[in-house]
Amino acid sequence: MLRACLRGANSSARKNFGRTPLTNLQPCRHYTAGESGGAAKVVAAGLVTVGGGIGGTILYAKWDPKFRAGVEKNVPYSDRLLGLALGPASQYGGLPIKNQEMAQPPSMMEKPQKGSKAKMEKKLKDESPAAEAGPVPAQPAPSIEEASTEATHIISAISEMSSVPAPCDSEAAAVKEECKECHDHKDTALSAMDEPEPVASEALKERPVEEVTARLALQDQEEQEIITSVSASLDESLASSAKATLQAIGAQEAALQAIAQHTVKLKEAMEAEVPPEEKSAQWKDLEASLAERTSAVTSAETALSNANEALHSLKAVIDSSKGLKVAAVRPLVLAAEENLHNMVVDLDKVVTKVQSSESEAKIVSQYSELVNEAKLQFQREVTSLTPEIQANWKGLTGKLSEDDLNALIAHAHRRIDQLNRELAEQRVREQIHIDASLEQQKLEDQKALEKAVSTALQHVKEEARLEQERKLSELREVMEAEMRTQLRRQAAAHTDHVQDVLKVQEQELRADAEQVLSRKMLEQETSYRQLSQEQLDNFTLDMNTAYARLKGVEEAIDSHVLAEEEARKAHHLWLSVEALNFTLKTAEADVPTQPLQGAAQAVRDSCHDNDFALALASALPEESLQRGVYSEASLRARFHALRSLVRRVALIDESHNSLYQYFLSYIQAALLFEDKHQTPPTQLSSEDLDPFKLLAYASFCLEHGDLELAAKLVNQLRGEARRVVEDWLTEARLTLETRQVVSLLSAYANAVGLGTTQAP
Amino acid sequence: MADLHGRKWDRCLADTAVKTVTGLGLGVLFSVVLFKRRTWPVSLGSGLGLGMGYANCQHDLRSPYLVHGSMVKDQ
Repeated sequence: MLRACLRGANSSARKNFGRTPLTNLQPCRHYTAGESGGAAKVVAAGLVTVGGGIGGTILYAKWDPKFRAGVEKNVPYSDRLLGLALGPASQYGGLPIKNQEMAQPPSMMEKPQKGSKAKMEKKLKDESPAAEAGPVPAQPAPSIEEASTEATHIISAISEMSSVPAPCDSEAAAVKEECKECHDHKDTALSAMDEPEPVASEALKERPVEEVTARLALQDQEEQEIITSVSASLDESLASSAKATLQAIGAQEAALQAIAQHTVKLKEAMEAEVPPEEKSAQWKDLEASLAERTSAVTSAETALSNANEALHSLKAVIDSSKGLKVAAVRPLVLAAEENLHNMVVDLDKVVTKVQSSESEAKIVSQYSELVNEAKLQFQREVTSLTPEIQANWKGLTGKLSEDDLNALIAHAHRRIDQLNRELAEQRVREQIHIDASLEQQKLEDQKALEKAVSTALQHVKEEARLEQERKLSELREVMEAEMRTQLRRQAAAHTDHVQDVLKVQEQELRADAEQVLSRKMLEQETSYRQLSQEQLDNFTLDMNTAYARLKGVEEAIDSHVLAEEEARKAHHLWLSVEALNFTLKTAEADVPTQPLQGAAQAVRDSCHDNDFALALASALPEESLQRGVYSEASLRARFHALRSLVRRVALIDESHNSLYQYFLSYIQAALLFEDKHQTPPTQLSSEDLDPFKLLAYASFCLEHGDLELAAKLVNQLRGEARRVVEDWLTEARLTLETRQVVSLLSAYANAVGLGTTQAP
Repeated sequence: MADLHGRKWDRCLADTAVKTVTGLGLGVLFSVVLFKRRTWPVSLGSGLGLGMGYANCQHDLRSPYLVHGSMVKDQ
């Protein structure tokens, strides 16, 4: 079927090529327009195909960069075209370069918690290598704990300071104040301590011992001074206030007594029935006691005010001493405060007593006043009734008449009625009065209660505060003691550590010293050994030189003998080689030389021990040894005979070897003329391998005596020609070989001979 | 080798001649005897002979290393 199609296509193609216009498979409507239409169509189709191919290539190259690279590599100038169309190729294909962002290195935000310990160890006076906290890390210490620990560090640096209290976390404020207190005493670079900053760490340098002790002593001294002064002042103020208070209390007591006395006297005066003379004395006495009372009261008041003043001053002193914040002062302060409190309490009690007695006295005086008033009233009534009766009516018992008595009795009755009425009225008003008075009393009681409560509350508060302060001071002491023990322990640990380190150091140093010593010893030994070795070497060297010279002389003599021997042998060899050479010349026309066997044997005999010559001697081909070789002249003659034959079979080889070819070859040989002799070129090209040319070259070489080149040229013949000249070639080879060997041998013999002859 | 070549040629030619003549003769014979003195057996015969000789010659020359051996009779 394929063949049918092909046939059809062929036939159509043949027809289409201008024989007869037949309608066929091809749509060749515009065949009538001429053959150019078809050609144009073909051209157009070709162009379209080519354009399509190029477009497709470009598109695909755009999509696949590897394909583009391949195209650019294989098709020249495509890179330009593709560059024009697509732009320069990206070097890395379509793979985007992934730029990896370097992660930010983490900030160094380490806060070594052990820094505190390291600091402590460092601060203790030593040069221990355990100063690993060389550059003390920055201590961001925002919290109060760290501030307090820093305080501890600073404090621990002053190791002898015993009176520095331990920092309590509960009383951070107190700690800060303690620190402030420390600052007040030592004006060093540690002033930055209450600010937790890394600056503090740099400021925490070790101070020398003497400075520290001096500072400590100074501090102690100052403290002592302050303490003494404070205590002195406290005592003073205490004493003064105590005195004043006692005075006040005494005065108050006196006043109390005076008041009581006065009251008693007043009562007596009111109630007692005493004769008039005594009455006036009594009254005078009463007035005196009243005056006494008033004076006592005033004195009491002044004393009270003094006492209050003194107490106030004491309070002020206490406050100021509190403000100093020296520890040892505290108990004194506490005691003073307690005393103050007691005094205040006593004073208040006494004052209340005095006030109560005063109120009683007031009642009594009021009563007395009332009584006096009633008496006066009665007196007036009596006088109004009996005007003639004098004031002192008690002495009038005998002078009164009946009328007067009746009048007096009637007056008395009337008075009694009046009084009864008043009494009834009074009884009626009693309740109201009582209520009112009760109310008043309640109010007054309330007031008094409140006042009492407030005073009691104050007292209680004060007591509680004092208690608290006492407890606080106790606690502080306990803490201090603990702190001291810890510090002592740390000091002990530090000493141990220092001891260990010292031991280690000692060992290290010892090891170093020993090492150095051993090294030096080794060096000395090696140098000594070197020197001795050198001496020995020199001596040996001299001995060797002498011996060598002796040996040299001996060898020279021996070699002379050997040389003579060699020379003789060489001569012998040369002679034999010459003989061999001569045999070569015995060839005549068409007769080979004599067999070279004998000469070769002679040569072999003369060079038993010479491998080279032996090898050469045995390299002579067998044919030459047995039969002999042909001379060059005979070979030349033969060649001429061969030449015509070769010419005749020049065209024949394995593939062209029919008789017809033979016929052609003969005709060629007959018709072709070449030079008899032609100079062979230095290099054979392919056109020189023509047999005729080769023959011309070879004959030229032979004419000029170059058998070797002729043989080489003849060797280039191929096919039947080659077969024809094979014999001749073999013979030529043989001759050449023999001649070569012989020439080598003679050269060698000459060389040896030359070598052995000694120049004069 | 040249000699061999020459000898080959000699043999070849001789052989061809013999064959041709033989063919001719046979052709003549057949022509006379069987085919009423037509020419064609003669040409056939001679042609056959020539062809055979030619083929032989060609074959011989084509295999140059094939040397014809000869039986040596023991005498």
